[in-house]
Amino acid sequence: MCTARRRSPWLFHMNSGSCNGCDIEIVAALSPRYDAEQLGVLLQGSPRHADILCVTGPVTRKAVGAVKTVYDQVPGPKAVIAIGSCPATTNVFIDSRTLEGPLDKHVPVDVYVPGCPPRPDAIIQGVAKAAEILAKRGNNPQNAEPVVTFVGEVQP
Amino acid sequence: MTLITALARLLIFPGLVFAMPAAWFFLWVERKSVALMQERVGPPFMQPFFDFVKLLGKETPPRTGIGGMLMRAWPLIAVSAAAGAVGLLPVLPSSGGFQGDLILLLALLELPSVCIIAAGFSSRSIFAEIGSAREAALSVSYNIVFLLAIVSIAASQHTFRLEALAALPATPLLWLGVAAILVCLPAKLHINPFSLPNAEQEIYAGPMTEYAGAELAMWELAHGLEWVAGVGLVATLVAPHVHAVWIAACIFIAISFAVVLLLSVLAAATARLAIDSSVRFYWQCTLIFAVLAISSAILMRFWS
Repeated sequence: MCTARRRSPWLFHMNSGSCNGCDIEIVAALSPRYDAEQLGVLLQGSPRHADILCVTGPVTRKAVGAVKTVYDQVPGPKAVIAIGSCPATTNVFIDSRTLEGPLDKHVPVDVYVPGCPPRPDAIIQGVAKAAEILAKRGNNPQNAEPVVTFVGEVQP
Repeated sequence: MTLITALARLLIFPGLVFAMPAAWFFLWVERKSVALMQERVGPPFMQPFFDFVKLLGKETPPRTGIGGMLMRAWPLIAVSAAAGAVGLLPVLPSSGGFQGDLILLLALLELPSVCIIAAGFSSRSIFAEIGSAREAALSVSYNIVFLLAIVSIAASQHTFRLEALAALPATPLLWLGVAAILVCLPAKLHINPFSLPNAEQEIYAGPMTEYAGAELAMWELAHGLEWVAGVGLVATLVAPHVHAVWIAACIFIAISFAVVLLLSVLAAATARLAIDSSVRFYWQCTLIFAVLAISSAILMRFWS
């Protein structure tokens, strides 16, 4: 079961007010050039089919409810990846009145992929890390605590 | 003895023990050949198996306002119908026992599609309902051609027995029927260019939108078994009649593999058609061949 979880991460992509830069990079990571399907990665249409929630954007006030709803609809065991600098820190929009970010105020985040936007290879590395976290986590509620990991060129 | 052979057919070959790995293998071949055509490496060999096992281990989030029992029943009915259809295929030479006939096989082949429509409507999700409506419209269109093609093959032989149909000599009428079935298979298996009932991303996941965990795993399995049954039907009609069991099994597997490759290449090379174009394709373009096939079958009967 652990191997199956590690080898078959299905993603659901959620935009919480992103400028579309990170979304383009996610699509690039799934494109034939980077071919994330080698790792078993599939982009799913419904959050109920997914294992990993990929959130982009600084979580605007309008998007908070949607982020929480979608997070609840992903069946466990699940992991969350914050893609780009916006969901991690709200980036250049910090202290804006229209934001409720960063993302970890609302849902537990496991993997941060910083960058504005991050490179597709960093996103794939983040998905691979999240898949390993999923495999270790299992259905045990005691393991539900977020395992914070950073990937990519920018290290904290 | 006949009971044992009938059970062996249903459970071992071409039944469940063969059909489940074959279903995963065909799903892998489809994804891998699409990847190769796009110059990618594609998923590893065990990928559909990993997906299935992972889905079995997932939780199912609660669904508010939906009849739970009904939602759980549809994927199980679909899996058992598809597995029964595979078990009925006359791959091996006659061995006695329950053999079923063409009408039962066609009903079992059609049942997963009916289950998908019912599942979409009973989940009460707007995206699932759109997917189900599309599946229903598509099903009405391609089934006319599919049924006419099979009935024309059966009518030319004066029989609905599967054993007799599997042993048919290769006539132009048989090839016309097989061509019509092949045209209908992409719609039956929801692959491009007729992937619009479960149009990924466009309407979320179509009729499957509300399913998760083990129930979704059952749908994936039913889809794989539909592949084996649909492709196997073509393989049994085309395969030459041999008496040796092993050779018959090998020929069946080889022809099935070739048909899967053909369908995957078609899926990789085409884009999704809109519902009106798909329906028009079946009603305007392919219906002519089906009518041709059935009228020539009836004429042949009068002459003989």
